[in-house]
Amino acid sequence: MSTPEGVTISRTGEAGAFGGELLTVNFGPHHPSTHGVLRLIVDLDGEQVRSVKPVIGYLHTGIEKQMEALRWQQGVVVTDRHDYLSPPINNLAYALAVEKLLGVDVPPRANALRVIMSELTRLSSHLVWMGTSGLELGAMSMLMYCFRERDTILDMNEEISGFRMHTSYIRPGGVMADATPRFLEMLEAFIRAMPGHVDEYEELLTMNPIWRSRTIGIGRLSAEDAKVLGATGPMLRGSGVAWDLRRAIPYSGYEDYDFEVATSDLCDCYGRYLVRIKEMRESVKILRQALDRLPDGPVNVDDRKILPPPREELETSMEAVIHHFKLFTEGYSVPPGDVYVAVESGRGENGCYVVSDGTHKPRRVKFRSASFVNLQALERMALNHMIADMIAIIGTADAVLGDVDR
Amino acid sequence: MGIEALAESLGQNILTTTLGKLVGWGRGNSVWPAQFGLACCAIEMIATATAGVDIARFGSEAFRASPRQSDLMIVSGRVSQKMAPILRTVYDQMPEPKWVISMGACASTGGVFNNYALLQGVDKIVPVDVYIPGCPPRPEDLLNALMILQERIKAQGITPRQ
Repeated sequence: MSTPEGVTISRTGEAGAFGGELLTVNFGPHHPSTHGVLRLIVDLDGEQVRSVKPVIGYLHTGIEKQMEALRWQQGVVVTDRHDYLSPPINNLAYALAVEKLLGVDVPPRANALRVIMSELTRLSSHLVWMGTSGLELGAMSMLMYCFRERDTILDMNEEISGFRMHTSYIRPGGVMADATPRFLEMLEAFIRAMPGHVDEYEELLTMNPIWRSRTIGIGRLSAEDAKVLGATGPMLRGSGVAWDLRRAIPYSGYEDYDFEVATSDLCDCYGRYLVRIKEMRESVKILRQALDRLPDGPVNVDDRKILPPPREELETSMEAVIHHFKLFTEGYSVPPGDVYVAVESGRGENGCYVVSDGTHKPRRVKFRSASFVNLQALERMALNHMIADMIAIIGTADAVLGDVDR
Repeated sequence: MGIEALAESLGQNILTTTLGKLVGWGRGNSVWPAQFGLACCAIEMIATATAGVDIARFGSEAFRASPRQSDLMIVSGRVSQKMAPILRTVYDQMPEPKWVISMGACASTGGVFNNYALLQGVDKIVPVDVYIPGCPPRPEDLLNALMILQERIKAQGITPRQ
């Protein structure tokens, strides 16, 4: 690897604490347990970790730059693909930002559907985390159980939006389509079944001696450190700080739902595991309330300048044809200004900063991704741990590399 | 024992084939993929290995962490300019015979990202045997691609790659 002159990466040969020498090892980017293409440069003293330097950018996709070349409504498709484990939540952050600039409010049914999709996504994201983390720490069957429920959620995604993963369901001005009756049936069945499945996961892991000895006391992160490093989501709540954007700065009507902010004072990998388990239970609770109180009405704002007219109107109204043509050739313009909107994803604060210069394309879009910031805490958590515990610590950070590199 | 008696005692228990077909059959039914997850498609690749679709039915459940032990590289996701040399290194480390599946739109053509950061198709740096469309493709699509590849491996027999 080429580095600027005078910069050394390797500390191999420096004196260690046990009379030996330090050894600098490379970890990744092609490594089965780095959750993607994360590369770490680790200084080892014997088997103890002395420093961890993440090297990122191996999945840099140019998503933020790409969005400057796309019209406002096209940008939604790209937001799906940065944090690829929670596409609807990314959509939501972008949609809320654009709506704030446009000054529109979506109808209540759209808000409820947004909440439903967000919570389903949070569940599927936590399920992928639990499955892969279990796999890495030796609980191989976790993957099978977790992906079973994840597939149920993806089937629901497919039913409501026509796509398994990258739904592009939540859009500026509302949602793509109304929920089908079959979707609501599937959701009802899922809400009934899910608490039992969470019990199942807990039975497999919570009192499992191997899981406990691999996670309790591993990767400690105090509340002060977590705050200073800017950690959010389960990383922060696992250190006992009850900070959840759904409660702190409610959006999409989250203030109307009754749920608890899951926290744990253990400050270690096990604590963060407990937080995620609790969050899954709370998500099911929110889904229950959202489904029971799902309001009737439209799912999109009634504004022909932002959203295309209904199909049947196109055959009778010349004005509708003009609107349709304008929207799909030029798109809509957004008033000049800049806005920052943050939502709570499965990983923490997922923020979207949008600058508009009044044209039909964004001037700048910036994502504040939770994975990127949470990754900073990696060194603090891994310090003076054994190299084998690095696997548990990388897993607990739940970094999605697409979200880190964008 | 005379030759007639030998033939009679063996009865229906003999199968004749060519060496090429036998080798092709063996290789085709034990394709071990390298564990090479890149982006969104990698999650669907993991889903292919779980109980719902179960890639083990086709003899490919053994995802190997080391390229030295694998026959197939599933390029699952977008390949950035920074990742490209590493992908090529991993490919070079795989022993012959080896095959490549380009999973998803990004790996095949760059997908929705036509920009400075991404390699516009992984076939620019490694030879690709099967392309899968989709963003990301369903697990069933990956299984289908594997079956297409198996047919090709079986037809290829013992002859090395052209």
